[in-house]
Amino acid sequence: MEPVLLNTQLIFNGVAVGCIYGLVALGFVLIYKATEVVNFAQGELLMLGAFFAYTYIGILGLPYWLGALLAIASMAIFGGLLDRVVMRPVVGQPTFAYVMLTIGLGIIIRAVASMIPGWGVETYSIDTPYSNAVINVAGLVISVEYLFIVIATCLLVAVLYGFFSFTRLGVAMQASSQNQLAAYYMGIPVKSMFSMIWGISASVAAIAGILLAPVSLIDTSMGFIGLKAFPAAVLGGFGSIPGALVGGVIIGVIESLSGFYLPAGFKDIAAFLVLLVVLIVRPEGLFGTSTRKRV
Amino acid sequence: MRFIFKTSYQQDIRLYRHGGDIFWYGLLLLALLTAPAVLDVYYIGELTLMAIFAIAGVGLMLLTGYTGQISLGHAAFFGVGAYTEAVLIEAGWPFLLSFPTAGLLAGAVGVAIGLPALRLTGLYLAIATLAFAFIVEEVLARWESVTHGHEGMAVGDISLLGMDIDTEWKLYYIAIAVLILVMLGALNILRSPTGRAFVAIRDSEHAAQSLGVNLATYKTLAFAISAAFTGLAGALYAHKLLYISPDAFTIYMSIELLLMVVIGGLGSLHGVVFGAAFVILLPQAIAIFRDELPSMVAEQPGLESAIFGLILVLVILFEPLGIYGRWLKIKHYFSVFPLYRKATFKRQKTYSRMTQR
Repeated sequence: MEPVLLNTQLIFNGVAVGCIYGLVALGFVLIYKATEVVNFAQGELLMLGAFFAYTYIGILGLPYWLGALLAIASMAIFGGLLDRVVMRPVVGQPTFAYVMLTIGLGIIIRAVASMIPGWGVETYSIDTPYSNAVINVAGLVISVEYLFIVIATCLLVAVLYGFFSFTRLGVAMQASSQNQLAAYYMGIPVKSMFSMIWGISASVAAIAGILLAPVSLIDTSMGFIGLKAFPAAVLGGFGSIPGALVGGVIIGVIESLSGFYLPAGFKDIAAFLVLLVVLIVRPEGLFGTSTRKRV
Repeated sequence: MRFIFKTSYQQDIRLYRHGGDIFWYGLLLLALLTAPAVLDVYYIGELTLMAIFAIAGVGLMLLTGYTGQISLGHAAFFGVGAYTEAVLIEAGWPFLLSFPTAGLLAGAVGVAIGLPALRLTGLYLAIATLAFAFIVEEVLARWESVTHGHEGMAVGDISLLGMDIDTEWKLYYIAIAVLILVMLGALNILRSPTGRAFVAIRDSEHAAQSLGVNLATYKTLAFAISAAFTGLAGALYAHKLLYISPDAFTIYMSIELLLMVVIGGLGSLHGVVFGAAFVILLPQAIAIFRDELPSMVAEQPGLESAIFGLILVLVILFEPLGIYGRWLKIKHYFSVFPLYRKATFKRQKTYSRMTQR
């Protein structure tokens, strides 16, 4: 293969995987912006979404699109409940409590998923309408699964952007993110907003899981991709939604290229090396704003 | 109920609060020393593991419980300590030299990661340590000329003061001795200006800074001490396992260590020991009860981690000071018997937020 073609191919694959990182990072950022909680269980939510999709499509035999929609809706409810039942009682506790709580949730979700009959510790796949199809563009071999990830991510981001900018509910959510107290005084039900944001974040994770499923198979440890999304979120500046996506894509591309050009082993840690470099050189990330705390 | 009348400032920084302390800790020491004569070899091994985890726990407690910094990468220091010890013993170093070196090297690695990360707030530090732990894990697996990669490496026998450490109880005594030294070290740090600075940083970085505490210096120091203690624990762990491979020092271990200090009780050295006992004993308890459970539940591989996760979540939600906090409450309940009021231990909530400029 020619070098130019090869690089384009690598970059394209990197972008597709990076979109997944970006989507998971987007989930972190949505929750972080609103509630200042970093959800270490985001990867597990992705895993759970994929398993829901597998249950609806693979076990119950529903059509792909219907199953996917149902899985996303189920995760939205799950995310909302998670906030209502588990996260709300710790409001006002130090950061540490949140971090440990979400780590604990992640452990529980993974363990319980491996116990549910029909899920278990094996790997599964979902048949999609676009499985195994390949497009050939000027010598580039583009798998439709990867192309679909990129397109779906772009669509999702457009929808989210529209939602947060132009709907009453979205603007109310933005208001509660910016200043809880002021939003509360304006009559916005801040607590329900937070539950809804958790719901949205969980369904974004579910979408990422469903998109990832044809590429990497479904098993209970697929949530570890969530750890790769941290570098993406930090690179983009932890509070920035476009930043999360751009960060994800950059991490994906770097990983793809380093997997090919650098010795074995670098692919797995490239993202984390980037993370450390970013933290040293520019801790506020590419799109971040520096924050001050009033004492 | 015991009233302590303070008649000198010296009393505030004494290692023991009153005569009762000396009596009970003396009794505990006696029990620990006679344990090998009474207990089965297997339980001595478990006690050794408990002591090793408690040593690492003291390190993590200094960082997390007293300085307020979260580390999700302490398995890396544990691993660095273990591998340093194994490699140095292989090179023929005596234990008395290789053991402190393992701690020092882990501490140096701690400074290396600490320096850049400590300019950041708690959350970023957690993520940075996580990233760092992955990198160390990969290095341990790939640096085959030294660590033998995924094959792992055997840890050579050691001798101390002309005596071969070849039985379980000898290692047990070493682990207990190191634990006591580390505990005393931590206590001494905590009652010195350094320890007071740590606590000040935990309670409010801004207030500490205003009082002249150099944040970067003290955070780096806390990180270094914490990493060094954890490295010492790693070195002992290598001797306990006799065979180490990179798979032993993954993110799971980092989380287990963190879980230990949280469940034991943040901000207390008692909590470290309670937490270590919990982390070591819970799998044993589950193994015992597994026979009692219906096979549907008992044969699940995820059972243990599900229970760990559940207990972690319940502790955070209902008892943020962990086992030690519960112990304090029970003690208080009996010492003031009919007059116990729930509000004595009421949690304080803060709602401060970062404001964006």
